[in-house]
Amino acid sequence: MRATRDAFGVALLELGRENPNVVALTADLGGSVKTGAFAKEFPDRFFQMGVAEANMVDVAAGMSTAGKIPFATTFAMFGTGRAWESVRNTIGYPALNVKIACTHSGLGVGEDGASHQSLEDIALMRVIPNVTVCVAADYASAYGLTKAVAAHKGPVYLRLGRPKVVDVYKDGEKFEIGKAKIIREGNDVAIIACGPQVGFAVEAADELKKAGINATVADFHTIKPLDEETLVALAKKCGAVITAEDHNVLGGLGGAVAETLARTHPTPIRFIGTQDTFGESGDPDALWRKYGVHVADIVKAAKEAIAAKA
Amino acid sequence: MQVEEQAMKLTAESEAELKETARKLRIEVIKMLARAGSGHPGGSLGMADVFTCLYWGGFVKHDPKNPGWVERDRVVLSNGHICPILYAVLAERGYFPHEWLDDLRQLGAHLQGHPAMQKTPGVELSTGSLGHGVCGGLGMALAERQSKRDTHVWALLGDGEIEEGLPWEAFMAASHYKADNFTVIIDRNDAQIDGTTEDVMSLEPLDKKMEAFGFHTLVIDGHDYAQIIGAMSEAKATKGKPTAIIAKTIMGKGVSYMEKDGYKWHGNTPNKELAEKALKELGA
Repeated sequence: MRATRDAFGVALLELGRENPNVVALTADLGGSVKTGAFAKEFPDRFFQMGVAEANMVDVAAGMSTAGKIPFATTFAMFGTGRAWESVRNTIGYPALNVKIACTHSGLGVGEDGASHQSLEDIALMRVIPNVTVCVAADYASAYGLTKAVAAHKGPVYLRLGRPKVVDVYKDGEKFEIGKAKIIREGNDVAIIACGPQVGFAVEAADELKKAGINATVADFHTIKPLDEETLVALAKKCGAVITAEDHNVLGGLGGAVAETLARTHPTPIRFIGTQDTFGESGDPDALWRKYGVHVADIVKAAKEAIAAKA
Repeated sequence: MQVEEQAMKLTAESEAELKETARKLRIEVIKMLARAGSGHPGGSLGMADVFTCLYWGGFVKHDPKNPGWVERDRVVLSNGHICPILYAVLAERGYFPHEWLDDLRQLGAHLQGHPAMQKTPGVELSTGSLGHGVCGGLGMALAERQSKRDTHVWALLGDGEIEEGLPWEAFMAASHYKADNFTVIIDRNDAQIDGTTEDVMSLEPLDKKMEAFGFHTLVIDGHDYAQIIGAMSEAKATKGKPTAIIAKTIMGKGVSYMEKDGYKWHGNTPNKELAEKALKELGA
């Protein structure tokens, strides 16, 4: 079990060594978002912007016009919520090469409670044209996605988390933006997950196997552009789909999957996510259980979705 | 052709030339807004003299044939709604054909209602929603300095615009980073959509506020060429802190009925008859 934010810090430092144009900004959360090592090695390329996220994002936009590849870092709540209009108008509209990399997403924030638990950030970012949205499932994927995001030209929102989560991938796994990863193959139901729910989906698939159900588990680490080809192929193969995310069921991965399948291949879907509610203080794992986004919830939903097949 | 950056020495002759340029720019502003039928003439006319001094007074190192030239200075129009004056400047400097001005705000136009860097060469940042441009301009200044390029960033903003919180975040950061390659020019015309700034949301004492935020602060008559050029020269020479030029301007400057009615011409365009009157006054 390792935290995605730690992998981000490691990858960012390496990016700093690989490319002199990479710069990092943070809004008084450098310790939490793991920009410390980068800041120490590249003090002239690190910009502490104070508690002023909207300004930080606009400043990053200006830097990108001068040839920099800025990583603007903070918590998901502030980077996508407080700074939403900066992302929309100053980065998304002109398609500037800025990376909004946010940790502390979803219920995974834990004890800080609802004010800090962004359950809307995927929705907020994916509705902005030109903005690519990526979600890290584990340490290796956070590392791989950070590298992929840096190499991608254009605005990206990278969603990372605070707590340690189960390792799904081996270190060194390569990630391609827009290309989902199939982790388990099965014909009965397709579990489309992102973030910590990828690890949960693997556990759920093991549970389902015991009940004689063969589930596909796919990590849709890129919410936008969504890997439609893989999604439709899985829907056709399995005939039932579960989406699972640490995010509101409205507008996130579930919304993106539903929009795509409704248009291409209508399929029974069950949505694992927070049910249009705010979170509360608590241990992340306990919160994920209470708000219905844990292993048991995926297992139950999978059985329901299979039952709903025509 | 790269325009070398050297502040103009103001003589009676050079001042007359600048004034003639500003007159032409104002005529273009009236023409394009009358054709468009919507837009913001008041601030566009009010800032014509400042823009003229920036682009013809030797304060913007640039290359209109190579808008992405890395060694260029930057002009960021944070109060994007006064883009007609920026468009008139960019056309006159050769960034794009004058014919583009004909299509301002029309479907498919290169010139959007608010500046769009992805559509218009010479526009350094897409702006319009107030408060963002000055922050983006600061980002350019910090990045340019980190790249060790000797360039200057001029961020222009409206006085009503700084009722937003964002500019103050940028002001704080500019001062913190001692961004002496960064100058903000605040169009102090005392007017905004719903009335005078002091009625809508008091800004005074603005100079004291800018000083308190760590800016070398200059208050000038935004229509006096000696003062404008003097302030811009001082801004460029100032070391260790950013500069704020508070340029007192008259909304609608150059068109009598607009000067008289102040804020009413913030976002209203003249009809055909009034446009002709304005053009006549400007000697078109």
